[in-house]
Amino acid sequence: MSHRDHHHDHDLEPVREAISRKTGREFWRSLEELAGTDKFRDFLHREFPALNAPETDPSMLDANGRRNFMKLMGASLALAGLTACTRQPLEHVVPYVKVPEGLVPGKPQFYATAMPLNGVASGLLVEAHEGRPTKIEGNPDHPGSLGATDVFAQASILGLYDPDRSQSALKLGDTRTWGDFLNELTGWIETQRPKGGKGLRILTENSTSPTLASLMALVKKAFPESKWVTYEANTRDGARMGAPTVGGKPANVVYKFDQADVVVSLDADFLTNGPGALRYARDFMKKRKLTDGSNEMNRLLVAESTLTTTGAKADNRLPIKAGEIDALARAIANAVGVSVAAGAPLSGEADKFAKAVAADLQAHAGKCIVIAGDHQPAAVHAIAQAINAKLGGNAVAYTAPIEINPMDQTAGITELIGEMNAGQVETLIILGGNPVYDAPNLPGQKDSFLNAMKKVAHRAHMSLYNDETSAQCQWHLAEAHYLESWGDARAFDGTVSIIQPLIQPMYQGRSSLELVAAIAGVNGKTTLDLVKEYWKAQPQMAASFDQSWKQALHDGLVAGTKLTEESAQGDAAKLAAPAPAKGGQYEIVFRIDPTVYDGRFANNGWLQECPKPINKVTWDNFAIISAATATKLNLSPNEDPHHANAKMLSITVNGQELSMPAWVQAGHPNDTVTVYLGYGRERAGSVGNKTGFNTYLLKSTGAIAEAKLAAGEGSYQLASTQEHFAIDASGIDSKAYISDENDLADRHIVRAGNLEDYKKNPKAVHKGAHLPPDAKMTIFNPEQHKYDGYAWGMAIDMNACIGCNACVVSCQSENNIAVLGKELVTRGRIMHWIRIDTYFRGDMNNPEVYFQPMMCQHCENAPCEVVCPVNATVHDAEGLNTQVYNRCVGTRYCANNCPYKVRRFNYLLYGDWDSPSLKNVRNPEVTIRSRGVMEKCTFCVQRIMNGKIEAEKQNRKVADGEIQTACQTVCPTDAIIFGDINDKESRVAKLKTEARNYEVLAELNARPRASYLAPIKNPNATLGGGASSHGSEGGHGNEGQKSGEAKHG
Amino acid sequence: MAEVKSNYVDQRPPMIGGKYDLKTMTTKLMDVVFMRGFQKGWMFGFAIVFLGLLMMANTIGYLVLKGVGIWGNSSPVFWAFDIINFVWWIGIGHAGTLISAILLLLRQKWRNSINRFAEAMTLFAVACAAMFPALHTGRPWVDYWLFPIPNTMGMWQNFRSPLMWDVFAVNTYATVSLLFWFMGLIPDFATLRDSAKQPWQKMLFGMLAMGWRGDARHWSRYESAYLLLAGLSTPLVLSVHTIVSFDFSTGIVPGWHATIFPPYFVAGAVYAGFAMVLSIGIPVRKFYKLEDFITMRHIRNMCKVMLATGLIVCYGYAMEAFFAWYSGSTYELFMMKNRMFGPYGYMYWLLILCNFLVPQLLWVKKYRENMWVIMTVCMFINVGMWLERFVIIVMSLNREFLPSGWRMYYPTAFDFSMFFGTIGFFLTLMFLFIRFVPMIPIFEMKTLLPQAQVDEHKVAQIEEAKNDGKEPLGGSQPVPQFGD
Repeated sequence: MSHRDHHHDHDLEPVREAISRKTGREFWRSLEELAGTDKFRDFLHREFPALNAPETDPSMLDANGRRNFMKLMGASLALAGLTACTRQPLEHVVPYVKVPEGLVPGKPQFYATAMPLNGVASGLLVEAHEGRPTKIEGNPDHPGSLGATDVFAQASILGLYDPDRSQSALKLGDTRTWGDFLNELTGWIETQRPKGGKGLRILTENSTSPTLASLMALVKKAFPESKWVTYEANTRDGARMGAPTVGGKPANVVYKFDQADVVVSLDADFLTNGPGALRYARDFMKKRKLTDGSNEMNRLLVAESTLTTTGAKADNRLPIKAGEIDALARAIANAVGVSVAAGAPLSGEADKFAKAVAADLQAHAGKCIVIAGDHQPAAVHAIAQAINAKLGGNAVAYTAPIEINPMDQTAGITELIGEMNAGQVETLIILGGNPVYDAPNLPGQKDSFLNAMKKVAHRAHMSLYNDETSAQCQWHLAEAHYLESWGDARAFDGTVSIIQPLIQPMYQGRSSLELVAAIAGVNGKTTLDLVKEYWKAQPQMAASFDQSWKQALHDGLVAGTKLTEESAQGDAAKLAAPAPAKGGQYEIVFRIDPTVYDGRFANNGWLQECPKPINKVTWDNFAIISAATATKLNLSPNEDPHHANAKMLSITVNGQELSMPAWVQAGHPNDTVTVYLGYGRERAGSVGNKTGFNTYLLKSTGAIAEAKLAAGEGSYQLASTQEHFAIDASGIDSKAYISDENDLADRHIVRAGNLEDYKKNPKAVHKGAHLPPDAKMTIFNPEQHKYDGYAWGMAIDMNACIGCNACVVSCQSENNIAVLGKELVTRGRIMHWIRIDTYFRGDMNNPEVYFQPMMCQHCENAPCEVVCPVNATVHDAEGLNTQVYNRCVGTRYCANNCPYKVRRFNYLLYGDWDSPSLKNVRNPEVTIRSRGVMEKCTFCVQRIMNGKIEAEKQNRKVADGEIQTACQTVCPTDAIIFGDINDKESRVAKLKTEARNYEVLAELNARPRASYLAPIKNPNATLGGGASSHGSEGGHGNEGQKSGEAKHG
Repeated sequence: MAEVKSNYVDQRPPMIGGKYDLKTMTTKLMDVVFMRGFQKGWMFGFAIVFLGLLMMANTIGYLVLKGVGIWGNSSPVFWAFDIINFVWWIGIGHAGTLISAILLLLRQKWRNSINRFAEAMTLFAVACAAMFPALHTGRPWVDYWLFPIPNTMGMWQNFRSPLMWDVFAVNTYATVSLLFWFMGLIPDFATLRDSAKQPWQKMLFGMLAMGWRGDARHWSRYESAYLLLAGLSTPLVLSVHTIVSFDFSTGIVPGWHATIFPPYFVAGAVYAGFAMVLSIGIPVRKFYKLEDFITMRHIRNMCKVMLATGLIVCYGYAMEAFFAWYSGSTYELFMMKNRMFGPYGYMYWLLILCNFLVPQLLWVKKYRENMWVIMTVCMFINVGMWLERFVIIVMSLNREFLPSGWRMYYPTAFDFSMFFGTIGFFLTLMFLFIRFVPMIPIFEMKTLLPQAQVDEHKVAQIEEAKNDGKEPLGGSQPVPQFGD
């Protein structure tokens, strides 16, 4: 994934190139030769001013010593990104979560840490092999994770080893040391000191770090006139400013979905987005599991401006323009007796929806949640919270803010731009973030932040990458990845986790804590000292610090830091009606991208290649519009879907024009366009550069804006892993569209039903479905092989799956799955072992959406096994369909004969065998596949073997739940359950006895070991719709519900 | 010369035209081989087809270096041009064996002038065909794992896999075809040896003739061996393509999983084979002025065979559609609908045009005489048979059970360079064969001469005539031929 051109400003390129041509052993052999060149000496001096600058480590001074010289060269070559940096974590700060008998080489260890995203921590357990972190898991003890992770955490391990990461401090592009920077910084701040820091601005990302807060307080004390601005592209301003206040500050809202029977989402994608999403998804799905005899479900009513995963799970869904949500919220509020100013008139459909929602809320008073989307304005949030205050009961709680600088971020950055333009800012320190790329533009301008920032005399930017902002600052400082530095952060409910490094900084990265400490005048302390010192003073740890510190590191959280629930004060002023809409025909909504987030993960190949939920597009962003809007804009179908499946759409906002590919999405509201942020980066790195379109160009201060749309010039190729609904000749008439009159409905791939029918007949979902042939009718005798020991199987609850992709990236990380790049994805070569199939049903303007995670089904009568001429895919004694890479010749017959199309072929050498840093990211327990062999899901056979070895050592059987596949562990909603189906008490065996359980394509008699639990919807009675039970009138109506009745052979 | 009246009058044109005797015929047929230098036309044609061969060599080099990913194959279309071309070439190879073996056993003497040519075509087509399965694997350097060679790795093959059967079928076919071809060449090599002027030619042909002296015992042995090989080859004509069709029909892919495949594939193969024999035979006949040897009668007969097998193939198409409907299976029905009206629907209708509609011209006698019409029809059939495999392979795979996995297939430039490269390779071999080996079996042609038409009645007459001091009989009265 990093074999493309590197982009570096400094001229290490020739040297690096010279070295990169050499590999491993050869590299060392030629070291002397290499060292002899003038060029290299030159390079060394520039890379290591320590050789010339005597103030650093004196032992380095003796540059003539052969040993030192070798040492330095080893080190500097490492810095050139060439060697594996497998340094061991410091011993004294390494408590084990799973304690091995000492460090056993080859045995992974797990450490608890946390990843902050938008400031909010999700607790992690990170697997490390010999001091080298390789896999992220969720921390089951952490309230924000409960063992699950999202895609970003999963992929962050690749980010750690990204060879494009910034590796040192740079001044105007030249390599410098941290010490050099501190010298210069001292000069900057000393000029500010007499002025009380009047010209000093510190711009940070959103943070919840108590330690950082304490350091910032010191800065404020030293420079009372300085200002601290917090900004990230995902501002969540509406949520913050619309929330009621606790102690005068905007409250942190904590939702308890496990206590809500009715959930109303006003454009909120709360299942996959925002703080606490993992926990919310888990809690929400808990109320929907129709397992173990449960017959009740909560109800999800969603009004949204683009089809999201949350909308896909809705029992009733209303596609509505984002700008009309305000009026809808007001209608609901007034109908439930929360008096607010009336909004604009609603359409008939929306009015009906509002009334039904209001009735449902009132019927479930005290057990309901209304949640508004992060990009919705404060008024909508205020209305939602007002309804919650009246009806929410215990399901919604408020705490003191978890953010350390809760502010209106858009207003903050706008003010900062103004101050910079006015010449009031002399020193600007930017900690993280990438404002040159993602700051909002002043209306009618572009590059507002950049142009303003250029007026600042002293600018420094600390970040993971030498990015767009770094390039525009005199100083760039390499930031340490969260897996290589100390820190702390709060979860959505306030619980603090200590961020513990898994590895020493691979490069010369520093943490933002260190930088702030330097500004505050706290010198000579490491990051660890800073964090420790803060916590030593806190009541939760003060009593017996060493003990509690170790405990906190071990548990991954600091006990007693969860914030208490407090009563919050609503502000009636916030409920005021907005200024009437300006009446533009089209609106544009900016959304944080589900894969590259706000652009910070743009250089992460796993995320770039992760198919976005619903539309399954990789490597790009695009403009999502409805079919009706496409017709209105005259975006005719493409004649040549191969070379370009999407027509260009020209979007103009505030005079800024951007042409980007249009994606027609069923269920998207009319007259509005949704664009993802985070693409079109110039300096993301070799993976992320030049992917997609920079939609920040269009973004001014609001998340919703008016836009002018017009058919653009030409067309564009989008790489979707599932072909549907692209504007192409054959796409628009619904390829993966399951409607009842369509042939595809008869396949019964997705068997969906509604709760009412389910209660009457739990097997109603199977109505009309085909059954496997009777045992007497087939030559494949099911009794032919008895599985006496374990029989591994899987059950996937489609009712719970939210299509969040965490399993996809987790599998990629666990199983060393290669990243291909856009062109090869376009050719249909994606390598993911698990994919989330998405099916649509019903009205194209507002379809039902179903997610079906699809991986190797481990068929007992596996069609792939029979046809392999060389026995490269064979069954094992526990029912696994195994793939023997060494034996595989690559005829691909197995993949042709696989009805589920889950086999993946290495058409070329996809694995990056050469990039040294990427060698470290791989799981040493899983073979790297070479070119020309077939691969596929193994049910994580390496985990099965580890589990069996452990059990056998203790002379017992593997306990249920002891072995978890990579997709299972990260799943936020427990949708995937793996285990021994011979053990009738196991969860998987029990799930397979559920009435909703079915096998996809059962009639083929492949007898898959993976089965699916049919999704059930619980639609509102007045709104109706929802999923009527599948199948029905045609042909198979009387077909047996239980095996033994009439069957199709 | 006395006229002898016979009861039977063969009104069909002779199988051999012109006025040849044993000597002139031998000379005429050997001339091509012994010609000094190269004709301009040959050189020109050879240059072009050799470029094709070079293109293939380059593609193969790059393919082995980079991997099959240079082709357009994807998921779900894991087989595409590679297997289409394999089946297409194997099909073309069928005419050779059919002509050599089955027509020999059926005593269809008209085959004599075209059999060597057709056999050579078979061999070269099989060589082209074999290249595809060998090179389409992900790791061609371990292809030998498909052969049941005892090894220290403790590996053994999966004999349930039709691909295994394929390996045996194709290898057997290639071996027997080669033997058959070479056997037939031995007497001619001996003739060449005896007529050669250059010592190296004498040496070369002498070695190839393997000591043939035209001894009666040699002839007797030769005849029985040739007949035996013909017997051996006959089932192969049926088996190879039957087994190739098993690659598909034993799979569960809708559109593959059909019992009609074996006969339908065999008929298709013969159909394609004859079309290719004519496509190459007609220009060669013209270029080397062999109209007397490959006569209109040959061409008409081949047209009739094409018409018959073509109708069988079209019956197969009809049955595929019928069974898709009759099965009541969602997947089969959809597959047929997708074939006809899906995104590649035009390929299906092109196939119907090429393989069903256009060849119906051959019902008309006038068209069976017109070389231009025949050439055009043959070209349509060549394309049509390729389309048939495209329809079966790509159009079944690209949309099968799970709609989520559906994906269009698009070939790359390397798919085409490999395909056209093998055509270049095939034609290069044909050019060399035509120039350096007697393309029409000299000794077998002689059996068609009047001099060879001997029966007891005539012998008695000759004897009688001799006794009467009259001239011996002239002219030929062929024995009635079956199916002629």
